[in-house]
Amino acid sequence: MTTPTPTTTATASAETLREPPPGAAAREPRRGTGRIRRAALPYLLLLPALVLELLVHLVPMAVGIVMSFRELTQFSIRDWGTAPWSGLGNYKVSVNFDAPVGKALLHSFLVTVGFTLLSVALCWLIGTAAAVFMQDAFRGRGLLRTLFLVPYALPVYAAVITWVFMFQHDNGLVNHVLHDQLHLTDQRSFWLIGDNSFYALLTVSVWKGWPFAFLIVTAGLQNIPRELYEAAALDGAGVWQQVRRITLPSLRPVNQVLVLVLFLWTFNDFNTPYVLFGKSAPAAADLISVHIYQASFVTWNFGTGSAMSVLLLLFLLVVTGGYLLITSRGRRPARG
Amino acid sequence: MRRIRAGATGAVALSLALAATACGGGSATGGGSNDSPKTLTYWASNQGASIAVDQRVLGPELDKFQKQTGIKVKLEVVPWSDLLNRILTATTSGQGPDVLNIGNTWSASLQATGALLPWDAENLAKIGGKDRFAAAALDSTGVRGKDPAAIPLYSMAYALYYNKKIFADAGISQPPATWGELVADGKKIDARGKAALGAEGANPSENIHHVFVFAQQRGAAFFTPDGKPDFTAPQVVDAVKSYVDLMATDKAIPTGDAEYAQNQSVSDFAKGRQAMLLWQSAASNLTSQGMSADSYGIAPVPVISGTPGSGTQVDSAFMGINLAVFKNTHNLDGATRFVRFMTSDAEQKILNKAYSSIPPVTSAQADAAFATPADTVLKSTLSASAAAMPQVPSESQFETTVGTAVKNLFADAAAGRAVTTGSVKAELEKAQQQMPAA
Amino acid sequence: MASLNSPMAPPRSFLWARRIFLTLLTGFVLVPVYVMVSSSLKPLADVTGTFRWLPSGLTIRPYIDIWSTVPLARYFVNSLIVSAAATVCSVVIAVFAAYAVSRYDFRGKRVFTVTVLSTQMLPGILFLLPLFLLYVNIGNATGIALFGSRGGLILTYLTFSLPFSIWMLIGYFDSVPRDLDEAALVDGCGPLGALLRIVVPAAVPGIVAVAVYAFMTAWGEVLFASVMTDDTTRTLAVGLQGYSTLYDVYWNQIMAASLVVSVPVVAGFLLLQRYLVAGLTAGAVK
Repeated sequence: MTTPTPTTTATASAETLREPPPGAAAREPRRGTGRIRRAALPYLLLLPALVLELLVHLVPMAVGIVMSFRELTQFSIRDWGTAPWSGLGNYKVSVNFDAPVGKALLHSFLVTVGFTLLSVALCWLIGTAAAVFMQDAFRGRGLLRTLFLVPYALPVYAAVITWVFMFQHDNGLVNHVLHDQLHLTDQRSFWLIGDNSFYALLTVSVWKGWPFAFLIVTAGLQNIPRELYEAAALDGAGVWQQVRRITLPSLRPVNQVLVLVLFLWTFNDFNTPYVLFGKSAPAAADLISVHIYQASFVTWNFGTGSAMSVLLLLFLLVVTGGYLLITSRGRRPARG
Repeated sequence: MRRIRAGATGAVALSLALAATACGGGSATGGGSNDSPKTLTYWASNQGASIAVDQRVLGPELDKFQKQTGIKVKLEVVPWSDLLNRILTATTSGQGPDVLNIGNTWSASLQATGALLPWDAENLAKIGGKDRFAAAALDSTGVRGKDPAAIPLYSMAYALYYNKKIFADAGISQPPATWGELVADGKKIDARGKAALGAEGANPSENIHHVFVFAQQRGAAFFTPDGKPDFTAPQVVDAVKSYVDLMATDKAIPTGDAEYAQNQSVSDFAKGRQAMLLWQSAASNLTSQGMSADSYGIAPVPVISGTPGSGTQVDSAFMGINLAVFKNTHNLDGATRFVRFMTSDAEQKILNKAYSSIPPVTSAQADAAFATPADTVLKSTLSASAAAMPQVPSESQFETTVGTAVKNLFADAAAGRAVTTGSVKAELEKAQQQMPAA
Repeated sequence: MASLNSPMAPPRSFLWARRIFLTLLTGFVLVPVYVMVSSSLKPLADVTGTFRWLPSGLTIRPYIDIWSTVPLARYFVNSLIVSAAATVCSVVIAVFAAYAVSRYDFRGKRVFTVTVLSTQMLPGILFLLPLFLLYVNIGNATGIALFGSRGGLILTYLTFSLPFSIWMLIGYFDSVPRDLDEAALVDGCGPLGALLRIVVPAAVPGIVAVAVYAFMTAWGEVLFASVMTDDTTRTLAVGLQGYSTLYDVYWNQIMAASLVVSVPVVAGFLLLQRYLVAGLTAGAVK
């Protein structure tokens, strides 16, 4: 455990207070709080969070990694501690893009990347646009704000199943409007199977996700000092220019967090595709979370499923690390 | 720095220790015990119109059992969407029910996990011996040559349900006996503005039952006799293509059915929008949707030519729900007594009547209660022209991969893309390569 | 309220863009809500036939039937207990952890924050089965039933929301002036006193935001709930699937049930919305 004995922490924190490590010094000055000498306290405060994260996330993750090196099928799951080791076998199968399993995984991965990028971009765009448009008070703004939060507040299942109902081929609203009323299509389209399923998934994901972006950006807008706008207005900048020159740059720190969180959530989202398509999603909308679910739970190959998950985790770690590195580098000089 | 490392090492060590304890899996308890002789947990599959209906059907029977034996049965009706996952996690952890329902098609797969109590001669003797059951029913409960992994509880077969009025309006005097006739009738029905035949195109399990029969009728099987997948044999490809062609070229199945996965085709039939339905034991389902028993007829599923029988004249998969005992049970004796109770003549009649299935127990099957025209068709199908689904350990993967392949082909057909021998073969090849090597 | 504060009125292009955009967006948001409400009042024949904007007849039948088709009330109570407990625990734990990170320098701080954050990246499917095994083993070893019980689910959900909650609260606490709690310390409050009397009250909006997030995370989760619950502990997210049965899909009942279970949540959510916007500000702008 990371809770050291009281004596060692006491020295540790005494050292810290005298000579903060370079990493910590980057933060706001807090050496002034010399009174805080009960050095065990921060560890005690962290303990519950740490224990729970360890129990529910880290230990199972370790077990999952162990599983990924085993041949874990229906013949061995009953007593998986004795399942044969397969070395890197599961990984090899997963990344052999010439064979169908690897090919399907790669396809699913690419679909997921494309879907996530589009979904995050649209969520961000709509959320930001709505937040900016609603920055100025106008009649009905409060009502609209409330309305806009409804998709976020609806339970996932209720929201997605409503979309399933609307996307039905014969009886759905979408086809009714597009085909029966607007005559945009020659015949009714399929939304829950085939290629269109990608757009169906994207629509639902954006519908559910953009209010979160809206919320965060709305909040972020309130922190922009109004003097900036006044100064810009005096310089003769119009509304559009103010948005471009002040609003968007000021939102950078908010966006850094927002985009990352949206990305991770969308990428790992299981609930939406699962409720929308069930256990086997159409190829065009075969998101990786459901794909891995199918690999492990439906075809009972937990070893390969775990290996795929580990690969996914590595990918997300690299992306997140790279993202934070790039965005923070660009951010520091701006802050001065 | 040193301390961070020490802390990290400690954390890793702890995780490994915890992970090691987790390694026990289900092995801690091996072969079942009689630790809690007064209770049983029973996972029932959802057989009725809803979970609430099942509870109403099973509740009184479980009370009877309690009166007879003093054993309290804790019933949980598990929805189909969750059942396999629940069984899997129970298998992995050893923490599960005492008695559970499993489908025919999963029997061999679950048998391979070793989590289910094998019904050897001694165990079978406790429930009256294997001769009480129809042989075909017992054959569908595990790999041939091994002790059954479960005991048949409800038997079901596919039949052709047809709407009498639509048939009369279209000038069709009797139900089609061959696929050729069905397609021809379909055209007449289509001309009257009704859909001919329903299908659950996006439901892998339904797809698999049908293409299995289509393959049988072409003298092919999805597996070689020694249990290896053989999905790309020409007859198999032809079978799958012919089934999808019912939508793609024959236009008997409306394209909208390609996205059906929640039994919408049954509703379509019950609401008189569609003339025919291939379904297993649909009677109580149709009644619950307000379709009166005399408004539809029931006939055997069509064959290629001739009449249903064995070999290439097979016209249904042998469907059924079986009762299995979980090896880790804490009430082995009670579980066995419960199986005996549920397969007793009296219970078989009550339960199979409620679910409009056929009792696999031969003495109960002979009862007058199962002599309706519908039951007669089902009974003769079960005894003469139904074949057991492949009883191989990888059956459940087969169901998923091939069922999904058919789903994709239906999606192609619905989108107006050509379904060719080549495209069918490609889908099946993909499915085959996803099968476990074993 | 911040405003664009331009000396002249916004140009017409801006006003028109706003009008069009917001109208379209409102339509996008509202159509599914309308479908939900109207379908829940339609007879079954209406919802299984071709879609119609206006019901052929109104019925409240679905609202009566939902309670008997599946044990909705029980699922609702389960969901409420699980989500509420997970929320409370998650918030309390996150407050402590965030306070430690925000106010103290200590060894391992970076390791902690990075580790906690990285758990956001874990695909749920990777640890579903291991977690299940772990719970069963803990149960076998200690007699504490985690699997199949609400307790296990509470534990799982609270850790789902913990990382993001800690992250947001750190940002929020950082923005509460340090002088305030130092003054409290001078006045003789212990560090915990300072946390509870000064920092927490000043951070109420942030805490509300985190609580709402934690609640919604638990309320909507499907995957873990489908494996870790049994009939008595099943939650709504899984239980609502009971309306599509072997026989038929009761769309009107699904919609009615979805509405019934959504209304309290949405209402609570909207009541807290004022805090929410303020709360997310500080957390996110860290």
